[in-house]
Amino acid sequence: MAEETYPEELKYHPEHDWARIEGEEATFGITWYAQDALGEVVFYEPPEVGAAVTKDQPYAEVESVKAVSDVYSPLSGEITAVNETLSDSPETINEDPYGDGWLVKVKLSDPSEADQLLDAAAYRELLSSG
Amino acid sequence: MATAALRRTPLYEAHAAAGAKLVPFAGWEMPVSYEGVRQEHVAVRTGCGVFDVSHMGEIRTSGPQAESLLQRLLSNDVTKLEVGGAQYSVLCRPDGGILDDLFSYRLADDEYLTVTNAANHERDLEWFQAHAVDFDAEVTDALADYAMLAVQGPEARGTVSALASPELPPRMHTATVGLGVVDGLVCGTGYTGEDGVEILVEPGAAVDVWGRLIDAGATPAGLGARDTLRLEVCFHLYGNDMDETRNPIEAGLGWCCKEETDFIGSEALAAARADGTDERLAPFVLTGPGIPRQGNPVLSEGEQAGTVTSGTHSPCLEQGIGMAYLRADLAEPGTEIEIDVRGRGRAARIESKPLYDPKES
Repeated sequence: MAEETYPEELKYHPEHDWARIEGEEATFGITWYAQDALGEVVFYEPPEVGAAVTKDQPYAEVESVKAVSDVYSPLSGEITAVNETLSDSPETINEDPYGDGWLVKVKLSDPSEADQLLDAAAYRELLSSG
Repeated sequence: MATAALRRTPLYEAHAAAGAKLVPFAGWEMPVSYEGVRQEHVAVRTGCGVFDVSHMGEIRTSGPQAESLLQRLLSNDVTKLEVGGAQYSVLCRPDGGILDDLFSYRLADDEYLTVTNAANHERDLEWFQAHAVDFDAEVTDALADYAMLAVQGPEARGTVSALASPELPPRMHTATVGLGVVDGLVCGTGYTGEDGVEILVEPGAAVDVWGRLIDAGATPAGLGARDTLRLEVCFHLYGNDMDETRNPIEAGLGWCCKEETDFIGSEALAAARADGTDERLAPFVLTGPGIPRQGNPVLSEGEQAGTVTSGTHSPCLEQGIGMAYLRADLAEPGTEIEIDVRGRGRAARIESKPLYDPKES
Protein backbone atom coordinates (compact mmCIF):
# COMPACT_ATOMS: atom_id res chain seq x y z
CA MET A 1 0.00 0.00 0.00
CA ALA A 2 1.22 3.46 -0.91
CA GLU A 3 2.06 6.11 1.69
CA GLU A 4 -0.40 8.96 2.17
CA THR A 5 0.59 11.74 -0.23
CA TYR A 6 -1.08 14.55 -2.20
CA PRO A 7 1.35 15.71 -4.90
CA GLU A 8 1.68 19.48 -5.26
CA GLU A 9 1.53 19.42 -9.08
CA LEU A 10 -2.00 17.93 -9.17
CA LYS A 11 -5.41 19.57 -8.92
CA TYR A 12 -8.06 17.99 -6.70
CA HIS A 13 -11.81 17.55 -6.78
CA PRO A 14 -13.64 17.40 -3.44
CA GLU A 15 -15.03 13.95 -4.35
CA HIS A 16 -11.44 12.68 -3.96
CA ASP A 17 -10.32 12.70 -7.58
CA TRP A 18 -7.19 14.23 -9.02
CA ALA A 19 -6.27 15.77 -12.39
CA ARG A 20 -2.81 16.21 -13.87
CA ILE A 21 -3.34 19.05 -16.36
CA GLU A 22 -0.99 19.46 -19.34
CA GLY A 23 -2.35 22.22 -21.58
CA GLU A 24 -5.63 21.01 -23.08
CA GLU A 25 -5.13 17.44 -21.91
CA ALA A 26 -5.40 15.92 -18.50
CA THR A 27 -5.00 12.59 -16.71
CA PHE A 28 -7.51 11.63 -14.00
CA GLY A 29 -7.35 9.27 -11.06
CA ILE A 30 -8.51 8.85 -7.47
CA THR A 31 -6.64 10.19 -4.46
CA TRP A 32 -4.78 8.28 -1.78
CA TYR A 33 -7.64 9.08 0.60
CA ALA A 34 -10.22 7.60 -1.79
CA GLN A 35 -8.40 4.32 -2.31
CA ASP A 36 -7.69 3.99 1.41
CA ALA A 37 -11.33 4.58 2.33
CA LEU A 38 -12.44 2.01 -0.24
CA GLY A 39 -9.92 -0.71 0.56
CA GLU A 40 -8.35 -3.03 -1.96
CA VAL A 41 -9.85 -2.42 -5.39
CA VAL A 42 -10.97 -5.75 -6.86
CA PHE A 43 -12.93 -4.56 -9.89
CA TYR A 44 -12.64 -1.67 -12.31
CA GLU A 45 -14.06 -1.47 -15.80
CA PRO A 46 -12.56 1.31 -17.91
CA PRO A 47 -15.05 3.59 -19.68
CA GLU A 48 -15.08 3.80 -23.51
CA VAL A 49 -12.52 5.85 -25.35
CA GLY A 50 -14.42 8.70 -27.03
CA ALA A 51 -16.99 8.99 -24.25
CA ALA A 52 -17.75 12.47 -22.96
CA VAL A 53 -17.10 13.28 -19.33
CA THR A 54 -18.66 16.20 -17.48
CA LYS A 55 -17.19 18.03 -14.53
CA ASP A 56 -18.70 16.84 -11.22
CA GLN A 57 -20.43 13.84 -12.87
CA PRO A 58 -19.47 10.18 -12.32
CA TYR A 59 -17.76 8.51 -15.28
CA ALA A 60 -16.66 5.17 -13.80
CA GLU A 61 -16.88 2.98 -10.73
CA VAL A 62 -14.23 1.37 -8.58
CA GLU A 63 -15.22 -1.54 -6.39
CA SER A 64 -13.70 -3.16 -3.36
CA VAL A 65 -15.01 -6.34 -1.78
CA LYS A 66 -17.24 -4.27 0.46
CA ALA A 67 -18.38 -1.33 -1.62
CA VAL A 68 -18.83 0.46 -4.92
CA SER A 69 -17.56 3.99 -5.28
CA ASP A 70 -18.37 6.40 -8.10
CA VAL A 71 -15.44 8.15 -9.72
CA TYR A 72 -16.23 11.80 -10.45
CA SER A 73 -14.81 13.74 -13.34
CA PRO A 74 -12.87 16.75 -12.08
CA LEU A 75 -13.14 18.45 -15.51
CA SER A 76 -15.17 18.18 -18.73
CA GLY A 77 -13.98 16.73 -22.02
CA GLU A 78 -13.64 13.59 -24.09
CA ILE A 79 -11.79 10.42 -23.09
CA THR A 80 -8.78 9.83 -25.35
CA ALA A 81 -7.19 6.90 -23.53
CA VAL A 82 -8.05 4.49 -20.73
CA ASN A 83 -5.75 2.47 -18.47
CA GLU A 84 -6.46 -1.03 -19.80
CA THR A 85 -4.03 -2.70 -17.41
CA LEU A 86 -6.37 -1.99 -14.50
CA SER A 87 -8.89 -4.57 -15.74
CA ASP A 88 -6.43 -7.32 -14.87
CA SER A 89 -4.74 -5.67 -11.91
CA PRO A 90 -7.13 -3.15 -10.35
CA GLU A 91 -5.10 -3.23 -7.12
CA THR A 92 -2.61 -0.96 -8.96
CA ILE A 93 -5.03 1.84 -8.00
CA ASN A 94 -4.11 1.18 -4.36
CA GLU A 95 -0.43 0.62 -4.97
CA ASP A 96 0.25 3.69 -7.11
CA PRO A 97 -2.80 5.99 -7.16
CA TYR A 98 -0.99 8.92 -8.86
CA GLY A 99 1.20 6.87 -11.23
CA ASP A 100 0.41 3.47 -12.74
CA GLY A 101 -3.05 3.63 -11.14
CA TRP A 102 -4.24 6.48 -13.41
CA LEU A 103 -7.73 5.92 -14.84
CA VAL A 104 -8.28 7.98 -18.01
CA LYS A 105 -6.73 10.66 -20.21
CA VAL A 106 -9.08 13.41 -21.37
CA LYS A 107 -9.05 16.15 -24.01
CA LEU A 108 -10.48 19.07 -22.08
CA SER A 109 -13.41 21.01 -23.54
CA ASP A 110 -13.03 23.93 -21.14
CA PRO A 111 -9.59 24.13 -19.53
CA SER A 112 -10.68 27.17 -17.50
CA GLU A 113 -12.78 24.82 -15.32
CA ALA A 114 -9.50 23.97 -13.61
CA ASP A 115 -9.75 27.25 -11.70
CA GLN A 116 -12.54 25.67 -9.64
CA LEU A 117 -10.40 22.74 -8.45
CA LEU A 118 -8.43 22.60 -5.22
CA ASP A 119 -4.68 22.70 -4.91
CA ALA A 120 -2.95 20.14 -2.70
CA ALA A 121 -3.00 22.37 0.39
CA ALA A 122 -6.72 23.11 0.05
CA TYR A 123 -7.50 19.42 -0.51
CA ARG A 124 -5.50 18.41 2.56
CA GLU A 125 -7.44 21.03 4.52
CA LEU A 126 -10.71 19.56 3.26
CA LEU A 127 -9.63 16.13 4.47
CA SER A 128 -8.59 17.35 7.90
CA SER A 129 -11.85 19.26 8.37
CA GLY A 130 -13.93 16.23 7.34
CA MET B 1 -31.95 11.33 12.91
CA ALA B 2 -30.17 11.27 16.25
CA THR B 3 -27.36 8.77 16.36
CA ALA B 4 -27.50 6.58 19.43
CA ALA B 5 -24.15 5.95 21.07
CA LEU B 6 -22.54 2.85 19.58
CA ARG B 7 -21.68 0.01 21.92
CA ARG B 8 -18.11 -1.20 22.11
CA THR B 9 -16.82 -4.67 22.86
CA PRO B 10 -14.08 -5.24 25.48
CA LEU B 11 -11.65 -5.50 22.55
CA TYR B 12 -12.34 -2.02 21.14
CA GLU B 13 -8.99 -0.57 22.25
CA ALA B 14 -7.16 -3.64 20.95
CA HIS B 15 -8.80 -3.20 17.53
CA ALA B 16 -8.01 0.52 17.40
CA ALA B 17 -4.39 -0.14 18.40
CA ALA B 18 -4.11 -2.78 15.65
CA GLY B 19 -5.16 -0.17 13.07
CA ALA B 20 -8.62 -1.59 12.43
CA LYS B 21 -11.17 0.32 10.38
CA LEU B 22 -14.13 0.53 12.77
CA VAL B 23 -17.67 0.87 11.45
CA PRO B 24 -21.18 0.93 12.92
CA PHE B 25 -22.80 -2.52 12.75
CA ALA B 26 -26.14 -3.38 14.39
CA GLY B 27 -25.59 -0.70 17.03
CA TRP B 28 -21.99 -1.67 17.72
CA GLU B 29 -18.69 -0.14 16.66
CA MET B 30 -16.95 -3.13 15.07
CA PRO B 31 -13.75 -3.78 13.08
CA VAL B 32 -14.52 -4.24 9.39
CA SER B 33 -10.88 -4.97 8.52
CA TYR B 34 -7.32 -4.59 9.78
CA GLU B 35 -4.80 -5.19 6.97
CA GLY B 36 -7.39 -5.77 4.26
CA VAL B 37 -10.40 -7.96 3.61
CA ARG B 38 -8.64 -10.20 1.10
CA GLN B 39 -5.61 -10.88 3.31
CA GLU B 40 -7.85 -11.71 6.27
CA HIS B 41 -10.05 -13.92 4.11
CA VAL B 42 -7.04 -15.85 2.83
CA ALA B 43 -5.63 -16.17 6.36
CA VAL B 44 -8.82 -17.94 7.44
CA ARG B 45 -8.87 -20.22 4.38
CA THR B 46 -5.19 -21.18 4.68
CA GLY B 47 -4.23 -20.70 8.34
CA CYS B 48 -6.06 -19.21 11.29
CA GLY B 49 -8.06 -16.04 11.77
CA VAL B 50 -9.66 -14.65 14.93
CA PHE B 51 -12.82 -12.54 14.87
CA ASP B 52 -14.27 -10.47 17.68
CA VAL B 53 -17.97 -11.35 17.55
CA SER B 54 -18.82 -10.03 21.00
CA HIS B 55 -21.67 -8.04 19.49
CA MET B 56 -23.62 -11.30 19.24
CA GLY B 57 -26.06 -11.83 22.08
CA GLU B 58 -26.70 -14.75 24.38
CA ILE B 59 -29.91 -15.90 26.03
CA ARG B 60 -29.82 -18.36 28.91
CA THR B 61 -32.80 -20.70 29.27
CA SER B 62 -32.93 -22.82 32.41
CA GLY B 63 -35.32 -24.75 34.60
CA PRO B 64 -37.24 -28.03 34.56
CA GLN B 65 -39.10 -27.12 31.35
CA ALA B 66 -36.26 -25.37 29.55
CA GLU B 67 -36.24 -28.10 26.92
CA SER B 68 -40.00 -27.90 26.40
CA LEU B 69 -39.88 -24.13 26.03
CA LEU B 70 -37.09 -24.26 23.44
CA GLN B 71 -38.87 -27.07 21.61
CA ARG B 72 -41.85 -24.72 21.27
CA LEU B 73 -39.70 -21.78 20.10
CA LEU B 74 -36.98 -23.30 17.96
CA SER B 75 -37.48 -25.03 14.61
CA ASN B 76 -35.10 -27.93 15.20
CA ASP B 77 -35.76 -30.97 17.42
CA VAL B 78 -34.33 -29.72 20.70
CA THR B 79 -34.79 -33.16 22.34
CA LYS B 80 -32.00 -34.38 20.03
CA LEU B 81 -29.61 -31.86 21.60
CA GLU B 82 -27.53 -33.61 24.25
CA VAL B 83 -25.58 -32.01 27.08
CA GLY B 84 -22.39 -30.68 25.49
CA GLY B 85 -24.02 -30.45 22.07
CA ALA B 86 -24.71 -27.58 19.67
CA GLN B 87 -27.68 -27.16 17.34
CA TYR B 88 -28.69 -24.68 14.63
CA SER B 89 -32.30 -23.57 14.27
CA VAL B 90 -34.51 -20.70 13.26
CA LEU B 91 -37.00 -18.77 15.36
CA CYS B 92 -40.31 -18.28 13.55
CA ARG B 93 -43.49 -16.30 13.86
CA PRO B 94 -46.77 -18.25 13.67
CA ASP B 95 -46.91 -17.48 9.91
CA GLY B 96 -43.42 -18.96 9.45
CA GLY B 97 -41.65 -15.61 9.03
CA ILE B 98 -38.08 -15.87 10.32
CA LEU B 99 -37.32 -13.82 13.44
CA ASP B 100 -33.71 -14.99 13.77
CA ASP B 101 -31.33 -17.86 13.17
CA LEU B 102 -29.62 -19.22 16.24
CA PHE B 103 -27.10 -21.64 17.65
CA SER B 104 -28.11 -23.26 20.93
CA TYR B 105 -25.70 -25.05 23.27
CA ARG B 106 -26.95 -27.43 25.94
CA LEU B 107 -24.82 -26.70 28.98
CA ALA B 108 -26.65 -29.03 31.40
CA ASP B 109 -29.83 -31.12 31.56
CA ASP B 110 -31.86 -28.04 32.39
CA GLU B 111 -29.71 -25.23 31.00
CA TYR B 112 -29.19 -23.92 27.47
CA LEU B 113 -27.33 -20.96 26.00
CA THR B 114 -28.63 -19.56 22.70
CA VAL B 115 -26.54 -17.18 20.58
CA THR B 116 -28.50 -14.40 18.85
CA ASN B 117 -27.75 -11.96 16.07
CA ALA B 118 -26.86 -8.54 17.47
CA ALA B 119 -29.62 -6.72 15.60
CA ASN B 120 -32.26 -9.19 16.86
CA HIS B 121 -31.13 -9.79 20.41
CA GLU B 122 -33.65 -7.58 22.23
CA ARG B 123 -36.55 -8.84 20.12
CA ASP B 124 -35.50 -12.48 20.58
CA LEU B 125 -35.20 -11.98 24.32
CA GLU B 126 -38.69 -10.47 24.54
CA TRP B 127 -40.06 -13.34 22.41
CA PHE B 128 -38.41 -15.96 24.62
CA GLN B 129 -39.62 -14.26 27.80
CA ALA B 130 -43.17 -13.77 26.53
CA HIS B 131 -43.50 -17.48 25.81
CA ALA B 132 -41.67 -18.59 28.96
CA VAL B 133 -44.69 -17.66 31.13
CA ASP B 134 -46.39 -20.88 30.01
CA PHE B 135 -43.43 -23.01 31.10
CA ASP B 136 -41.53 -23.75 34.29
CA ALA B 137 -38.43 -22.16 32.81
CA GLU B 138 -36.42 -19.02 33.29
CA VAL B 139 -35.11 -16.89 30.43
CA THR B 140 -32.31 -14.44 31.19
CA ASP B 141 -30.28 -12.01 29.11
CA ALA B 142 -26.69 -13.24 29.10
CA LEU B 143 -25.30 -10.71 26.61
CA ALA B 144 -23.28 -8.89 29.25
CA ASP B 145 -21.85 -12.16 30.60
CA TYR B 146 -19.74 -12.98 27.56
CA ALA B 147 -17.28 -11.74 25.03
CA MET B 148 -17.20 -14.01 21.97
CA LEU B 149 -14.24 -14.82 19.75
CA ALA B 150 -14.43 -16.96 16.62
CA VAL B 151 -11.17 -18.74 15.77
CA GLN B 152 -11.47 -20.19 12.28
CA GLY B 153 -9.31 -21.89 9.67
CA PRO B 154 -7.47 -25.15 9.02
CA GLU B 155 -4.95 -24.24 11.74
CA ALA B 156 -7.51 -22.83 14.18
CA ARG B 157 -7.70 -25.84 16.46
CA GLY B 158 -3.94 -26.09 16.67
CA THR B 159 -3.72 -22.40 17.51
CA VAL B 160 -6.32 -22.58 20.28
CA SER B 161 -4.83 -25.81 21.61
CA ALA B 162 -1.64 -23.89 22.37
CA LEU B 163 -3.47 -22.22 25.27
CA ALA B 164 -6.24 -24.72 26.03
CA SER B 165 -6.63 -27.58 28.39
CA PRO B 166 -8.14 -30.09 28.32
CA GLU B 167 -8.54 -30.68 24.61
CA LEU B 168 -11.09 -28.91 22.45
CA PRO B 169 -14.58 -30.27 21.84
CA PRO B 170 -15.28 -31.73 18.38
CA ARG B 171 -17.44 -30.04 15.74
CA MET B 172 -21.00 -29.25 16.94
CA HIS B 173 -20.01 -29.86 20.56
CA THR B 174 -19.17 -27.55 23.43
CA ALA B 175 -17.09 -27.83 26.60
CA THR B 176 -15.62 -25.67 29.33
CA VAL B 177 -11.92 -25.35 28.60
CA GLY B 178 -9.10 -23.60 30.43
CA LEU B 179 -7.61 -20.77 28.34
CA GLY B 180 -4.70 -19.58 30.43
CA VAL B 181 -6.01 -17.30 33.16
CA VAL B 182 -9.66 -18.05 32.59
CA ASP B 183 -12.07 -20.83 31.70
CA GLY B 184 -14.07 -20.37 28.50
CA LEU B 185 -16.99 -22.08 26.88
CA VAL B 186 -15.50 -23.47 23.67
CA CYS B 187 -17.85 -24.52 20.88
CA GLY B 188 -17.00 -26.38 17.68
CA THR B 189 -18.97 -24.00 15.51
CA GLY B 190 -18.34 -21.12 13.13
CA TYR B 191 -19.51 -19.04 10.20
CA THR B 192 -16.74 -19.51 7.64
CA GLY B 193 -17.04 -23.10 6.41
CA GLU B 194 -13.63 -23.84 7.92
CA ASP B 195 -12.87 -25.95 10.94
CA GLY B 196 -12.47 -23.99 14.15
CA VAL B 197 -14.11 -22.97 17.38
CA GLU B 198 -16.06 -20.14 18.92
CA ILE B 199 -15.03 -19.10 22.41
CA LEU B 200 -17.25 -17.45 25.01
CA VAL B 201 -15.40 -15.90 27.94
CA GLU B 202 -16.17 -13.36 30.62
CA PRO B 203 -15.72 -9.86 29.14
CA GLY B 204 -12.88 -8.98 31.52
CA ALA B 205 -10.76 -11.82 30.11
CA ALA B 206 -11.33 -11.05 26.42
CA VAL B 207 -8.22 -8.89 25.94
CA ASP B 208 -6.01 -11.55 27.52
CA VAL B 209 -7.43 -14.40 25.43
CA TRP B 210 -7.34 -12.29 22.25
CA GLY B 211 -3.68 -11.45 22.89
CA ARG B 212 -2.79 -15.09 23.51
CA LEU B 213 -4.46 -16.14 20.27
CA ILE B 214 -2.60 -13.46 18.30
CA ASP B 215 0.67 -14.52 19.97
CA ALA B 216 -0.10 -18.13 19.00
CA GLY B 217 -0.34 -17.08 15.35
CA ALA B 218 -3.97 -16.11 14.72
CA THR B 219 -4.55 -13.27 12.23
CA PRO B 220 -7.09 -10.63 13.38
CA ALA B 221 -9.98 -10.67 10.91
CA GLY B 222 -12.89 -8.26 10.62
CA LEU B 223 -16.51 -8.29 9.59
CA GLY B 224 -15.57 -7.72 5.94
CA ALA B 225 -13.81 -11.07 5.72
CA ARG B 226 -16.50 -12.68 7.85
CA ASP B 227 -19.02 -11.70 5.18
CA THR B 228 -17.01 -12.89 2.16
CA LEU B 229 -16.15 -16.16 3.92
CA ARG B 230 -19.75 -16.96 4.84
CA LEU B 231 -21.05 -16.05 1.39
CA GLU B 232 -18.55 -18.35 -0.37
CA VAL B 233 -20.03 -21.26 1.63
CA CYS B 234 -23.62 -19.92 1.34
CA PHE B 235 -24.33 -19.36 5.01
CA HIS B 236 -27.29 -17.04 5.49
CA LEU B 237 -26.99 -13.53 6.90
CA TYR B 238 -30.08 -12.42 8.79
CA GLY B 239 -31.42 -9.17 7.37
CA ASN B 240 -30.00 -9.96 3.93
CA ASP B 241 -30.89 -13.52 3.03
CA MET B 242 -33.84 -13.93 5.37
CA ASP B 243 -36.14 -11.80 7.46
CA GLU B 244 -39.70 -11.83 8.80
CA THR B 245 -41.14 -11.81 5.27
CA ARG B 246 -39.40 -15.10 4.36
CA ASN B 247 -40.01 -18.56 5.71
CA PRO B 248 -37.29 -21.20 6.17
CA ILE B 249 -38.57 -23.31 3.29
CA GLU B 250 -38.00 -20.60 0.68
CA ALA B 251 -34.76 -19.64 2.46
CA GLY B 252 -33.43 -23.18 1.97
CA LEU B 253 -33.39 -23.84 5.71
CA GLY B 254 -36.01 -26.60 5.72
CA TRP B 255 -33.30 -29.01 6.90
CA CYS B 256 -33.30 -27.43 10.37
CA CYS B 257 -37.10 -27.39 10.68
CA LYS B 258 -38.79 -30.39 12.28
CA GLU B 259 -42.51 -29.61 11.99
CA GLU B 260 -43.48 -32.70 14.00
CA THR B 261 -42.10 -30.97 17.12
CA ASP B 262 -44.98 -28.44 16.95
CA PHE B 263 -42.84 -25.31 17.22
CA ILE B 264 -44.38 -21.89 16.62
CA GLY B 265 -44.70 -21.60 12.83
CA SER B 266 -44.63 -25.34 12.18
CA GLU B 267 -48.11 -25.45 10.63
CA ALA B 268 -47.26 -22.69 8.17
CA LEU B 269 -44.00 -24.42 7.32
CA ALA B 270 -45.66 -27.79 6.78
CA ALA B 271 -47.95 -26.10 4.25
CA ALA B 272 -45.05 -24.30 2.57
CA ARG B 273 -43.09 -27.53 2.37
CA ALA B 274 -46.05 -29.41 0.89
CA ASP B 275 -47.17 -26.71 -1.55
CA GLY B 276 -43.80 -25.24 -2.47
CA THR B 277 -43.04 -21.53 -2.46
CA ASP B 278 -43.19 -18.95 -5.25
CA GLU B 279 -39.58 -17.98 -4.74
CA ARG B 280 -36.48 -19.69 -3.43
CA LEU B 281 -33.08 -18.53 -2.29
CA ALA B 282 -30.30 -19.76 -4.56
CA PRO B 283 -26.57 -19.07 -4.86
CA PHE B 284 -25.11 -17.84 -8.14
CA VAL B 285 -21.83 -16.83 -9.74
CA LEU B 286 -21.21 -14.20 -12.37
CA THR B 287 -19.77 -15.96 -15.40
CA GLY B 288 -18.18 -12.72 -16.66
CA PRO B 289 -17.01 -9.47 -15.12
CA GLY B 290 -18.77 -7.53 -12.39
CA ILE B 291 -19.71 -7.68 -8.72
CA PRO B 292 -23.34 -8.24 -7.73
CA ARG B 293 -24.66 -6.28 -4.77
CA GLN B 294 -27.64 -6.56 -2.42
CA GLY B 295 -30.77 -5.21 -4.13
CA ASN B 296 -29.66 -5.83 -7.72
CA PRO B 297 -32.55 -7.21 -9.83
CA VAL B 298 -32.28 -10.76 -11.18
CA LEU B 299 -33.37 -10.99 -14.83
CA SER B 300 -34.55 -13.97 -16.81
CA GLU B 301 -35.33 -13.44 -20.50
CA GLY B 302 -35.28 -9.70 -19.86
CA GLU B 303 -37.92 -9.79 -17.12
CA GLN B 304 -37.26 -9.27 -13.42
CA ALA B 305 -37.42 -12.68 -11.76
CA GLY B 306 -35.89 -11.97 -8.38
CA THR B 307 -33.57 -9.85 -6.25
CA VAL B 308 -30.01 -10.28 -4.99
CA THR B 309 -29.87 -10.49 -1.19
CA SER B 310 -26.08 -10.79 -0.76
CA GLY B 311 -23.33 -10.15 -3.27
CA THR B 312 -19.60 -9.67 -3.26
CA HIS B 313 -16.34 -10.45 -4.98
CA SER B 314 -15.13 -13.90 -3.92
CA PRO B 315 -11.45 -13.75 -2.98
CA CYS B 316 -11.06 -17.53 -3.46
CA LEU B 317 -13.04 -17.90 -6.70
CA GLU B 318 -11.97 -14.46 -7.98
CA GLN B 319 -15.40 -13.76 -9.41
CA GLY B 320 -18.64 -12.10 -8.44
CA ILE B 321 -20.85 -14.30 -6.28
CA GLY B 322 -24.12 -13.92 -4.45
CA MET B 323 -27.45 -15.26 -3.31
CA ALA B 324 -30.85 -14.20 -4.59
CA TYR B 325 -34.49 -14.93 -4.08
CA LEU B 326 -35.87 -15.82 -7.47
CA ARG B 327 -38.77 -17.59 -9.14
CA ALA B 328 -38.72 -21.17 -7.85
CA ASP B 329 -38.54 -22.70 -11.37
CA LEU B 330 -35.29 -20.78 -11.99
CA ALA B 331 -33.65 -21.75 -8.69
CA GLU B 332 -31.98 -24.87 -10.09
CA PRO B 333 -28.21 -25.26 -10.52
CA GLY B 334 -27.15 -24.58 -14.09
CA THR B 335 -29.89 -22.06 -14.86
CA GLU B 336 -28.51 -19.06 -16.74
CA ILE B 337 -29.72 -15.70 -15.44
CA GLU B 338 -28.65 -12.09 -15.64
CA ILE B 339 -27.97 -9.70 -12.77
CA ASP B 340 -28.78 -6.04 -13.37
CA VAL B 341 -25.77 -4.39 -11.72
CA ARG B 342 -26.61 -0.68 -11.72
CA GLY B 343 -28.05 -0.78 -15.22
CA ARG B 344 -25.59 -3.22 -16.74
CA GLY B 345 -26.69 -6.79 -17.40
CA ARG B 346 -24.14 -9.27 -16.03
CA ALA B 347 -24.26 -12.93 -17.05
CA ALA B 348 -24.72 -15.32 -14.13
CA ARG B 349 -25.50 -18.95 -13.42
CA ILE B 350 -27.28 -20.62 -10.52
CA GLU B 351 -24.96 -22.98 -8.66
CA SER B 352 -25.36 -25.54 -5.91
CA LYS B 353 -24.18 -24.92 -2.35
CA PRO B 354 -21.49 -24.27 -1.36
CA LEU B 355 -20.03 -21.97 -4.02
CA TYR B 356 -16.58 -22.67 -2.56
CA ASP B 357 -15.88 -25.97 -0.80
CA PRO B 358 -13.04 -25.76 1.75
CA LYS B 359 -12.79 -29.55 1.77
CA GLU B 360 -11.88 -29.59 -1.94
CA SER B 361 -9.26 -26.88 -1.74
